[in-house]
Amino acid sequence: MTAGPSIASARAEAAPAGPGAPLPVPLDIRGDFPILAREIDGRRLVYLDSAATSQKPESVIAAIDDYYRAHNANIHRGVYTLAQEATDLFEGARQRVAAFVGGEPATTIFTRNATEAINLVAYSWGRTHLGPGDAVLITQMEHHSNIVPWQLLCAERGAELRYLEVSDSGQLSLAQLESELARGDVRLVAVAHVSNVLGTINPIAEIVARARAAGAVSLIDGSQAVPQLTVDVSAVGADFYAWTGHKALGPTGIGVLQGRAELLEAMPPFLAGGDMIASVDFQSSTWNELPWKFEAGTSMIAEAVGLGAAVDYLTGLGMERVRAHERALVAETLERLAGLPDLRVLGPADADARGGVVSFVIEGIHPHDIAELLNRQGVSIRAGHHCAMPLMRRLGVPATARASFGPYNVSADVDALADALAGARRTFEL
Amino acid sequence: MDDLYRDFILEHYKRPRNFGELEPRDLEAHDYNPLCGDEMGVHIRLDGDRIAALRFHGHGCAISQAAASIASEELIGMRRQEAAGLDADWMLELLGIPISATRRKCALLNLKVMRGALTGDASWPPEGDDGA
Repeated sequence: MTAGPSIASARAEAAPAGPGAPLPVPLDIRGDFPILAREIDGRRLVYLDSAATSQKPESVIAAIDDYYRAHNANIHRGVYTLAQEATDLFEGARQRVAAFVGGEPATTIFTRNATEAINLVAYSWGRTHLGPGDAVLITQMEHHSNIVPWQLLCAERGAELRYLEVSDSGQLSLAQLESELARGDVRLVAVAHVSNVLGTINPIAEIVARARAAGAVSLIDGSQAVPQLTVDVSAVGADFYAWTGHKALGPTGIGVLQGRAELLEAMPPFLAGGDMIASVDFQSSTWNELPWKFEAGTSMIAEAVGLGAAVDYLTGLGMERVRAHERALVAETLERLAGLPDLRVLGPADADARGGVVSFVIEGIHPHDIAELLNRQGVSIRAGHHCAMPLMRRLGVPATARASFGPYNVSADVDALADALAGARRTFEL
Repeated sequence: MDDLYRDFILEHYKRPRNFGELEPRDLEAHDYNPLCGDEMGVHIRLDGDRIAALRFHGHGCAISQAAASIASEELIGMRRQEAAGLDADWMLELLGIPISATRRKCALLNLKVMRGALTGDASWPPEGDDGA
């Protein structure tokens, strides 16, 4: 690699096809992901754990590398050339990340991950808006990151934490939402856009609208949605939309909180320190403008640049195409797994109702043993509670095996999964 | 032949010895493997200073269940003091299969619970001795 690309050329480089030149469906972009050339014990790596973290395309790796090689400096205050370039790269990434999900740069806050984004809301909004007699309404399908902050907040403020139930087919009930909201005490509704265990795509625009009509603020955890669906936060209309970069082909260490400007402006800061202030006197300070008011300390600059490259890459693919591709993989997986005896798939039966996640259990083989046996065939899946222990209890299983897809998966990966599962059944003499 | 899922491991997993609950019982303990949510409980009946009967229960992977089953056959009849001093090496040798660092907690869960029941100390194995 020679001289680093500017923001504009990095964007052009990341796009695998020019605008208007449709890529073939199904996608086969494996060549863009260096790690997929790896072998596991002599077998082709079949990576089916993208719901935990995605693999990274060459353009993302190159953007981070180039940032450190050619542009590294601290941002926002330096007058020299490097500082200006680093600031432009960082703020340019913010603009593209915001645009990617239909948001505005001023209300797009970089955090460490989705967990930190949710904690920011719990701390800054929650502690100033919640008290005894109030309730927070979440769902049984939340990731621990969208449960535990509310548990702590409710315990501290004397508020009540209530749950929307998950049906046997893995879905929420809008009727129950209505009856919960009708009690008049719900101040905040927090829901996953897409379940990381069941894959369920929740009707978040409807949930947000009903919450607002009942006077409640809404927070959507979009960690699983942004990597695979076309997300338009302005159309969803949520007060807060939190997501993470590393599941969306970006690096670890960067998440995003998109919030409504009026709420963010009225909220006190979360973390305090440098960069989030306008002025500091001996006893008191005034706060910087949005979004920097919520970005204390030196930011994750290289990670933001990497996430910018990731959304460029996804934009180049086209999110409609990514969704169509992953939907087809899920449909094929559901069909293949239906042919295996003793295997039960959890969550919606219809591929249209779910994202690229398929959780399952096999009667007679523990999920950890499934994952261990699949790994011997080069197939990487996850087994366990997937940071959703309340949901495991609701489903009546201690753990599940979970295969999840990224845009770089192909039909042959589904074959490898099904073949390896058949082999696991043979090992266990089922 | 799979070196981990040997015939005897699968046999113990599918038909675990001394599985269930014990009534009456003198000692009991219960614990979780926080990594995977697996849980295991043990009930022990004493005859003087010997383990007269022992049953384990719960749910887990083939490794954790087979380890508990295999260990139970050794533990019954053993002096309480001796059983309380058993260590990870004893369990791993008894299993006789290669256990990776990620599966070590699975193999040792039953020993942790059994020692908890005998000694009242649920903190075993100490940090640094669990291989994870």
